[in-house]
Amino acid sequence: MWVITFLSVFHALRAEKILQKQGIDVKLIPIPRQLSGSCEGLAAQLAADDVKRAVTILTANRIEMVRQGVEVK
Amino acid sequence: MKIYLDNAATSWPKPEAVYTAMDCFQRNIGANPGRGVTQSSLASSALVLETRELLAELFHINDPLRIAFTLNVTEALNLALKGILLPGDHLIISGMEHAALARPAFALRKQGIELAVVPCDAEGLLDVRDLAKAIRPNTKMVGLLHASNVTGTIQPIAEVGKLCREKEILFLVDSAQSAGVLPIDVNRQCIDILAFTGHKGLLGPQGTGGIYVRPGIAIRPLKEGGTGSWARNMEQPDIMPDCLESGTLNTPGIIGLGAGVRFILAQGLERIRLHEQQLTALLWHNLKKIPGMTVYGPSDLNGRTAVVSFAVDNMDPNQISSFLEMDYRVVTRAGLHCAPLAHQTIGTLPGGTCRLSPGFFTGGREIDVVIQAIEEITRKYRR
Repeated sequence: MWVITFLSVFHALRAEKILQKQGIDVKLIPIPRQLSGSCEGLAAQLAADDVKRAVTILTANRIEMVRQGVEVK
Repeated sequence: MKIYLDNAATSWPKPEAVYTAMDCFQRNIGANPGRGVTQSSLASSALVLETRELLAELFHINDPLRIAFTLNVTEALNLALKGILLPGDHLIISGMEHAALARPAFALRKQGIELAVVPCDAEGLLDVRDLAKAIRPNTKMVGLLHASNVTGTIQPIAEVGKLCREKEILFLVDSAQSAGVLPIDVNRQCIDILAFTGHKGLLGPQGTGGIYVRPGIAIRPLKEGGTGSWARNMEQPDIMPDCLESGTLNTPGIIGLGAGVRFILAQGLERIRLHEQQLTALLWHNLKKIPGMTVYGPSDLNGRTAVVSFAVDNMDPNQISSFLEMDYRVVTRAGLHCAPLAHQTIGTLPGGTCRLSPGFFTGGREIDVVIQAIEEITRKYRR
């Protein structure tokens, strides 16, 4: 699965709202253990095809991301 | 029923939705926002985020996450001043400031920050040219109260903002008396830092407030602690809003504040402002007719908010305020209103004034009762 991770819960929630408004399906999940070295909190899980567009949209909305789309197995 | 004319201190009553939103959260959700990954915590976080988004809409802020919550406007102003200024920096404030800005400013002066207080005219208005003259090469910040809590005088913040932007000076606005009543647009008015309180014009409960910080400006926090983010790191995160929000938030209060702001956005600022102006006009014109009466602040209704301060010859404002409550159940506030600078400016030291501040829920008939009450009191007791 593909995820984008955020600095805090507020960033994750804001990202979820912004992406849903743009028609991108996301689901907030706990940050997968493999990634939790960077920070704790929430990640947005999304389809591989949507990652590029999602990162562009979030960057334009000044939502800081820790991992700008990473595949977790 | 009491007649409540102390909305400049705390607005009352609140919209019904404020009470129900807080009650609903306390009974049904109650969890900590921003912590953990449970659905309960997420529900709290989502509600807190919603209040940020509503405030962002009201103040025309592009990124709601640049808003951090504080206890009140006083904490927000302390953060802005103490979290940015360093010894050797020059700070400019006006002669109409409330203690919330003036006291930390004077405290900083003892620590090596240079302070200029630009005088205002007898109606409390700042002349931007005087402010321009006070600017020095080391001027770091201009701090200005948008509307006076003593006279209601509205300062020309867009002009000041433009001047500050040109000179690359940070512009801090204290919106205690204006948020929820006057249009505030942080971009158009070039506001770098906006301090607001939740319990006045924004119609939220006491214990809520916040600070907007423009992207690119970093504020040193007044306190460090748990933020729910970067939990493994012993250092405070530097991202907004987490860096300024250590410890569990006043979640029920913030949710109540959100309901207040939603009410304001639904009514529209213009409607709120118009109603308050009508009440202010009634007070202003009728009070002026009472013998021995001085009413302070601008006569132009467009230059003031719904704060009407008055004094009566040979009468103590506190005495008037007491009579109004005891004999007529009218709640007002008398004295210096935590703003000695403003009273110095309008010439009402040391006695101060009696202040009437109606709100959106005040009716015209209530104002009639108050005017008659003041007339009777002055007739009876004025020597």
